[in-house]
Amino acid sequence: MSEVIATNQTILVVGGGISGQTAALEAAECGKQVILVEKTPSLGGRVSQLYKYFPKLCHPKCGLEINLRRIKANRNVRVMTLTEVTSISGDAGNYSVTLKTSPRYVNENCTSCGACGDAVEAEFDDEYNYGLGKRKGAYLPYNQAYPERYVLDPAIVGTEDAEKAKAACKYDAIDLDMGEEETTITVGAVIWATGWKPYDAGKIQPYGYDRFANVITSVEFERMLDPHGPTGGKILRPSDGKEAKDVAFIQCAGSRDKNHLKHCSRICCMASLKQTTYLREQFGDEGKGTVYYIDIRAIDRIDDFYQNIKNDPNMTFIKSKVASITEDKETGNPVLHGVDTEGYHRYSNPHDLVVLAIGMEPSVPAGDFPMEVVLNEEGFVELDEANGAFFAAGCSSDALDVNRAVQSATASALRAIQVVNKVAGAEG
Amino acid sequence: MSNYNQEMIEKYRGNFLKEVQDNVEEGDWVKMCMQCGVCSGSCPLGPHWEHPPQEIFMMIRAGKRDEVLQSSSMWMCTSCYNCIARCPRGLPITHIMHGLATYSKRLGLAPKNQPTAKFAQLFWDNLTRTGRVNELKLGLSLYFMNGFSEGIKTALKMKDIGLGMLKTKRMTPMEILGGHGCKDKKGFHAMLKKAQEIEEARIGKSGS
Repeated sequence: MSEVIATNQTILVVGGGISGQTAALEAAECGKQVILVEKTPSLGGRVSQLYKYFPKLCHPKCGLEINLRRIKANRNVRVMTLTEVTSISGDAGNYSVTLKTSPRYVNENCTSCGACGDAVEAEFDDEYNYGLGKRKGAYLPYNQAYPERYVLDPAIVGTEDAEKAKAACKYDAIDLDMGEEETTITVGAVIWATGWKPYDAGKIQPYGYDRFANVITSVEFERMLDPHGPTGGKILRPSDGKEAKDVAFIQCAGSRDKNHLKHCSRICCMASLKQTTYLREQFGDEGKGTVYYIDIRAIDRIDDFYQNIKNDPNMTFIKSKVASITEDKETGNPVLHGVDTEGYHRYSNPHDLVVLAIGMEPSVPAGDFPMEVVLNEEGFVELDEANGAFFAAGCSSDALDVNRAVQSATASALRAIQVVNKVAGAEG
Repeated sequence: MSNYNQEMIEKYRGNFLKEVQDNVEEGDWVKMCMQCGVCSGSCPLGPHWEHPPQEIFMMIRAGKRDEVLQSSSMWMCTSCYNCIARCPRGLPITHIMHGLATYSKRLGLAPKNQPTAKFAQLFWDNLTRTGRVNELKLGLSLYFMNGFSEGIKTALKMKDIGLGMLKTKRMTPMEILGGHGCKDKKGFHAMLKKAQEIEEARIGKSGS
């Protein structure tokens, strides 16, 4: 590619979630040139998969909408989707970065009319819904996707389905000859906002996530509440589609455990407390929540939120890390076994549905970074001089809630701005 | 109560956690317990424990010396290691339970009629006599552990298995006359004696 899209006064932001968007916008709105790369076909990240935020219980969609408007309006930000960073070399103020862009097979003619999606037949697990539903081989990742452009699953390219999609398109938007592209750019600083992924719940053997249909993770539960989601916004049991009115929440599922993630993932207590409100919202007095916990860490100002939930007579708190889950074959109910710490009572409690408050781990494992980076023992990026002008933003730096992730992103934007300002100063 | 027990009470007056840390195998770990309860919930014999491990750890920290050391709970451990595998803090719970049992026995506080404790003693006595386990005698002493009539009843109940073992030469009735032993019985006993001396020196036990 001959077009110069970056100089050593440019800031590269890696990851288009809430942290990456924030960092990119903060820098761009200060007049800096920013390239925002995103691995998936659209911006939004994990925040776009949430139903509500805590503690205000408002919808993340509007905040994302504002961010997307700012991005669209700002000529300093260049967004590259389906793009990954493969290598970074050089020093602060002068990095050479190689980007790999995977083909979308759909060009900018796309009006997202959906004709290609209707035409193709192959279906795949929907990543946006954590596999709870299916999507077509030609699809818009989600309603609010930006760029608002369809994408072809590479698995259908070369099959009849791809030809069907091409034939269905009235705008000549499908280009099956697109290939992978490699771009090398020069940038002054890198903001690493690759975020987090939910810990693999199947590894928590005693909880049987891989064996019992009615044991799900907190991120999946969140998807159920989306009116456009896989269950149309209803809290339903995966096994039989019945309404799940009696839901158990298991805290520290994978976190604070030397067999899994050693760190406290920080968000899960508030996330589960928030999710208990969904039960009341949907079922009124019939919705019952039970939270099994070691200790509730409703961090700093939001203890009020916890106290309010605690005062709800339909919500029960059991101080105990559940030891194991079995399944009642007749009813499909998961049965939780353990001993509570307040009195040492042994329990075997059946519930309609179990939600594992799953821990956060960095989405990029140690060893997969495009350059040498100082990480802490949990794999989060450290703020270390040895990292030069490679700054982590949001959950790549620690397990953070959205509020703190955005603060962290702003901080790294400031750090990156200082680096490129220095470059600009030296170059006059 | 033994002198040793009195000595320890005086040495650690009121600080049972410290006593456990100093004297119980892996006792140092007790303070690491965060009271999540996974060990108690994971124990296959859990419902039969008077105090599950999680509660024992809390009792140690609360200084409940007599309640812990005289308890039959830690004798219930069958070393299945479920608790160790699942403990989020990595406490060697099985080893701590055995350590507590050993310590309570050393102090003379172990419950007298706890079957595991009784069997452990029978096994040890049987093994140390010749250096080989005499299964016939061990089996019989186990049958008669709770009295003569109970023993006859158990023996009658198990007679088919016993006869089957005789028939297939898994057991010989001649074992009743002393039984087989290891090659160097004298050396074996000297080793045990030495080991005991080392152990006693280690724990600084005076007398007994």
